[in-house]
Amino acid sequence: MSPAALLLLADGRFPAGGHAHSGGVEAAVAHKAVHDINSLEAFCRGRLHTTGLTTAGLAAAAAAGCDPLMLDDAADARTPVPALRAVARKLGRQMMRAARATFPSAELDRLAAERPRGAHQPIVQGIAARAAGLTPEDAACAAAYEAVGGPATAAVRLLSLDPLAASWLLARLSTEADAVAANAAGAAARVKTEGLDALPSASSPLLDITAEQHAAWTVRLFAS
Amino acid sequence: MHLDHPVTMPHRHTYSAEPLRADGSLRAFRVGLGGPVGSGKTASVAALCRTLRDRLSLAVVTNDIYTREDAEFLLREAVLPPERITAVETGACPHTAIRDDISANLEAVEHFDQTLDPLDLVLVESGGDNLTATFSKGLVDVQIFVIDVSSGDDIPRKGGPGITNADLLVVNKTDLAPHVGADLATMAADAERQRGALPVVFTSLTSDDGIREIADWITGHLTRWRAKAAA
Repeated sequence: MSPAALLLLADGRFPAGGHAHSGGVEAAVAHKAVHDINSLEAFCRGRLHTTGLTTAGLAAAAAAGCDPLMLDDAADARTPVPALRAVARKLGRQMMRAARATFPSAELDRLAAERPRGAHQPIVQGIAARAAGLTPEDAACAAAYEAVGGPATAAVRLLSLDPLAASWLLARLSTEADAVAANAAGAAARVKTEGLDALPSASSPLLDITAEQHAAWTVRLFAS
Repeated sequence: MHLDHPVTMPHRHTYSAEPLRADGSLRAFRVGLGGPVGSGKTASVAALCRTLRDRLSLAVVTNDIYTREDAEFLLREAVLPPERITAVETGACPHTAIRDDISANLEAVEHFDQTLDPLDLVLVESGGDNLTATFSKGLVDVQIFVIDVSSGDDIPRKGGPGITNADLLVVNKTDLAPHVGADLATMAADAERQRGALPVVFTSLTSDDGIREIADWITGHLTRWRAKAAA
């Protein structure tokens, strides 16, 4: 693997549309559930072990070479609300554009042709990782990190939090993020024998509900 | 035209601003309008739509900062039918959406390219931002930076990428100059110092023909761009 390729794929500046999404933190801020660094850490930890684990499993399985269309159905099954499915596919389209330009591969081209309206983002991310010569655990790590990095950055903008404190928060969560990634990669490795049900399906109903509400807001800073 | 050999570049694709689409046809010409809050970007877009819509097939992408107000203004003013106006959300960073990560804007302009046929021109209006905000060349073909006299006549002197590099600098609200003590001659001299030969238009969009010079500049570029792409 190339560590630099993993850094590139996981970099918040990778031009794949993520900067316009808050990972649910904008809705949580509106509900006063997130209002300072400690509540942000609790939010991020919750997201890491639910959405983060599930998306990391999908990314790892895609990087391991599982059928992306079956994974895409599995992602739909793990994303109960329409708002978040739409977001996942939109971000998948945007990730696809950036990934094809950055790590050209026939597998990315094929998925782009088969899912012109976008596959779920972690699946595109997993195949991009594969194209970059990364391992399934690398892909899981990128997905898990993104599950907390996105909301942390968004919260800094929404609440004017100290960016240094937010960065420290991400460092505190890094061991847990690594463990989630290892877990997800282990599950992805079992898909061959156990089928797609081996993949994590942890969910966070409150994120689902507030995402659906957020999508109906007329005034908002973030797309989700 | 030079074409890449299919074997040496097996995965070459058009991802952003190449003029030809996958089927070899010409996409719409893309013009970015940037500038500080309140300088008249949305007013320029509305006036351009009214002036050009009978001659050209148009669409507009707005990048509102935290509302859909600009898109809704254009809808309310009925400058174009609703299917020709769309808003992109920018996650509190309007300059990121037009410069560093243009994917949402590219999706929006490509959606117009796919759903509106023929389509001649897409106007991409940035969210009101600061003097450093410029459009990526991966998103637009030419860009216009709109400032106004009432924000201070020292803005051209201060410079910044928008003032210095935009293909066209528009100084709006010249009718207000006497009321806010703005010296148009100084602004023109400073703009020329910053921009060299790049054009500057002084106008008042509230006057009847205030948009004409800008509209002519755009159609001139559109004609030359098409000729170049077809060559």
